[in-house]
Amino acid sequence: MLITEIFTYGFMQRALISGLLVGILCAVLGVFLVLRRLSLIGDGLSHVTFGSVALALALNTKPLYVTVAALPAVLLSSLGILRLTDRMKIYGDAAIGIVSAAGIAGGVVLAAVSGGFNVDLFSYLFGNILAISRGEVLLAVALFILVIGVVIFSYQQLFAITFDEELARSSGIKVERINALLALLTALTVVLAMKVVGIMLVSALLIIPPVTALQISRGFRATLFTAAAISALSVATGIIVSFMLNLPTGALIVLLNIVLLLLAISWRKISFRVPDP
Amino acid sequence: MTHLDIKGLCCSYGGMDVLSDITFKVAQGDYIGIVGPNGSGKSTLIKAVLGLVKPSRGSVAIFDADFGSFSQWGRIGYLPQRIKFFNPNFPGTVEEIVRLGLLSGGSRTAKETEAAIDRALDMMSVAGLKKRLIGSLSGGQQQRVLLARAMVNSPDLLILDEPTTALDPETREHFYSLVEGLNRVSGCTILLVTHDTWSIGKYANRFLYIDKKIIFDGSFDDFCHSDEMTAFFGEHAQHLICHRH
Repeated sequence: MLITEIFTYGFMQRALISGLLVGILCAVLGVFLVLRRLSLIGDGLSHVTFGSVALALALNTKPLYVTVAALPAVLLSSLGILRLTDRMKIYGDAAIGIVSAAGIAGGVVLAAVSGGFNVDLFSYLFGNILAISRGEVLLAVALFILVIGVVIFSYQQLFAITFDEELARSSGIKVERINALLALLTALTVVLAMKVVGIMLVSALLIIPPVTALQISRGFRATLFTAAAISALSVATGIIVSFMLNLPTGALIVLLNIVLLLLAISWRKISFRVPDP
Repeated sequence: MTHLDIKGLCCSYGGMDVLSDITFKVAQGDYIGIVGPNGSGKSTLIKAVLGLVKPSRGSVAIFDADFGSFSQWGRIGYLPQRIKFFNPNFPGTVEEIVRLGLLSGGSRTAKETEAAIDRALDMMSVAGLKKRLIGSLSGGQQQRVLLARAMVNSPDLLILDEPTTALDPETREHFYSLVEGLNRVSGCTILLVTHDTWSIGKYANRFLYIDKKIIFDGSFDDFCHSDEMTAFFGEHAQHLICHRH
């Protein structure tokens, strides 16, 4: 089969569109999260998503609405992590662990109560991008426009608090509000990403492309664009190759990201031998 | 015009008083050196002024506005003691970091923004580092970039918290004369916290010695000749603080 023939299939078109949108969102938000040492928030929120999805499936919710149904719990959990850190003075990684554990435990109990782990739940755990519906693509487009729009609008504030929270506060930035905004945007993106790479591997999309971009970029804006490009490349290549070779898409996307990271680290080692101008 | 009016300010951490009944005013054009031993509350005072720490009692008014209703952040430039959790691999360039100082300064065209950034970098003699990553610079260069960030909006009030800690003696002297020039030429009001009593005494027109409360508020000369200070510190300590002048 020629590669060009692949793009004539409706399911491949839907997979590529939603995959690229989700990949770019994860990469862009991931830069802020990685630099603020909040990388594992994606892991925590994806575990809450598991609990929400288990509940939605237990209630026989239609597939399109499972994504929507998962949103409230994940959004609330993202704010819950912030509250635990700020008000209860619990360390950030511990707060993520607490929320994550609650999500997974709740999901496992719900899955057991509703008849055990089934094909539907597995597809959310490991992703099933080739089965994305038209409705889910439209949802991905709408959330992409929302999240990217907010990031562009709040870019300088997000950059300021990523560099230094105290300095940002002394410039009159409402740091708590921007932190809450970042948490909510991450929650939206995690829910969207579960169909692409699955709940188990969402945090990989949030972490690896930004870390790769940090090896080779100069400048914060350049890092954002590079991370987005790396993510888009790995998602597009992963979808096409997984279809041709009948391999799990989500896992292949993550492995491609690891390869790109190793290449970037090697490139950085070579370029360090050339002194800065 | 009064730039800062602090009345009865008290701050405490975990039930222990860090600052007690601090009252003083800062007039336009003042250059105030704030000194004191470790743990005297100097940095806490600065943070209380900027709203980074909530006082337990007292009030702070900046440019005649109560802190709760204060919104003119573009008129204040702040250089912290150190960037918390500074990441040497942070991907921001010098230009991007200095641009952050313009966030609270009202709208500008792209050309005006570039011009303001270039002016600030020139003032701090770091124009050649514009495209460099902040993490690749030396401690002294980073301090100058962060000072450029604090100055880029041409603030009326510049607050510096131990800005010379990472600097060698020669760079430190250059830094102090730079700040003195800003005060003298631009009329910028300066509040500078430092351990470096000898250097600040040369440049500041007012000297505030605090140790949880205000021990002395006046000129450095008056401090050095004050019988009260002799009685408080002991002649030897006073001589040590003042003897280079």
